Amino acid sequence: MTATVQTATAPPTRETTRPRAPIPLTRLVGVELTKMFDTRSGFWLMAAVGLLSLVATASVIAFAPDPVITYDAFAQAVGIPMSIILPIIAILSVTGEYSQRTALSTFALVPRRGRVIGAKAVAALIVGVAGMLVALGVGALGNVVGSAITGVDLVWDISATRFATILLANVLGMAIGFMLGVVIRSSPGAIVGYFVFALVLPGVFGTLAAFQDWFLDLQPWVDVNFAMTRLYEDGMTGEMWAQLGVTSLIWIFVPMAIGLRFVLRSEVK
Amino acid sequence: MIEIESLTKNYGGFTAVDDVSFTAAPGRVTGFLGPNGAGKSTAMRMMVGLTKPTGGDVRINGRHFTDMENPGRAVGVLLDASAQHAGRSGREILAIVQRTMGLSRDSVDQMLRRVSLTDEEAGRRVRNYSLGMRQRLGIAAALLGHPSVLILDEPANGLDPAGIRWMRDLLRDFADAGGTVLLSSHLLHEIEVIADDLVVIGRGRIVAQGTKAELLAGAGTIVRTPRRPDLAAALADARVAWTPSGENGLRVEADPATVGQISLRAGVALTELSTADGAGLEEMFLDLTAETAREGAAA
Repeated sequence: MTATVQTATAPPTRETTRPRAPIPLTRLVGVELTKMFDTRSGFWLMAAVGLLSLVATASVIAFAPDPVITYDAFAQAVGIPMSIILPIIAILSVTGEYSQRTALSTFALVPRRGRVIGAKAVAALIVGVAGMLVALGVGALGNVVGSAITGVDLVWDISATRFATILLANVLGMAIGFMLGVVIRSSPGAIVGYFVFALVLPGVFGTLAAFQDWFLDLQPWVDVNFAMTRLYEDGMTGEMWAQLGVTSLIWIFVPMAIGLRFVLRSEVK
Repeated sequence: MIEIESLTKNYGGFTAVDDVSFTAAPGRVTGFLGPNGAGKSTAMRMMVGLTKPTGGDVRINGRHFTDMENPGRAVGVLLDASAQHAGRSGREILAIVQRTMGLSRDSVDQMLRRVSLTDEEAGRRVRNYSLGMRQRLGIAAALLGHPSVLILDEPANGLDPAGIRWMRDLLRDFADAGGTVLLSSHLLHEIEVIADDLVVIGRGRIVAQGTKAELLAGAGTIVRTPRRPDLAAALADARVAWTPSGENGLRVEADPATVGQISLRAGVALTELSTADGAGLEEMFLDLTAETAREGAAA
């Protein structure tokens, strides 16, 4: 029999003996990653990344005509669900704190709110890139399997550059979600905001460009969705990059800076 | 030690917290008492940097909360036990706190035992917790970093009498070990059981503060006799103030010994002689909660 010493109540240790090291950012990123996965809704959102890639890939094999069975087709198919799920993951990483009111304890543990938000951004980025790699990986697998089933030659028609720009497009999509998260700070509001941003705005700009000639030349400099769609294709020119920079500055990064100011200064209830 | 100096918060034209100054001392449990909407929660949020004060200053162990590198290790905070993700289990919520502060993994299990949450309860989602269980979980989160200061907003809310007793013992031990405790409540009787010092706040301003003994001593004596007019006259002769209180009763602004002596000299037999336990505080508190109570007290 072993004797165990039990300390019932630990007395409060003195302030002078307490470590004064700041909380490292890596630890905060780890905590934020956990918070993305450890709820049922969070878990299924993450699982959806893998599941929807499988569904999209299977659909291409089942329904696409044989000549279209190329990696390009698979990458496009898996890209569609990703372009919706990843921004929602980014939105919820921020708005969850407000909708569930966990911000109260989060910011009481880490009063420098910028560090928490920074950790959330890094965590979202990690999940986004990992999610895209999973999705494109599933797509690649689909290409191998699909080609074998249908007996067509394996076609790898996506260059490394294009792979990188598709990744960038999805990271920007998450930045849009993150921006809406810090600006709106409510889960339903920000998700509706995302659909307006991603589905309604392009329609408005498209209609405007169709009927107003003066806007046609202006659109690439104003419409961020338009500028982003070109990341999915080869041949980004210097001008296109400039247009992407200008539009994402106006539509993503300036509003994000304003939203961050609110997050850092506003009252947490 | 929590030092609060001229803390003020304005919302537009409305002053929620108005020039509040007090000190919560180590080794003591300080009760922050006031009706709902008096400004207690706003003041507590300002103490931990969640709300920016319009004016004034709060120092905890000599430092501003927002300057602390890892504040959970110095100050345990519970502002709203219900402000948790309903889809996480109690254990998951504590694990997040534990990892954020950089504590060992087994500290979570130790703390769950200390607040008497069983393994089964700890694994349950917080959605299915009673308010009392949420309070215990919130206390656990506040205590996890072994802080020397506790700031708790309405922690006894939702606890049953046994739970309130448990909380009293826990906070007593914490204060006896040198810790500082500040807890708020809108219930006088609840805070009377737990606190050593009282700060009473109404409409954003401090209306009374002192040790519980001081504030209760000011309450005077309750005395009852069938010959009330005779005793009242004798008290008036002795220049002791009184007010009628209930049937055949008087509330006298003197200690029971003095009142006993006066009635003996006047030859008036008493049916009751007792200290007016907290009655003064209670009346003041009722004044704060309802304008109409003022007339009754002044009669």
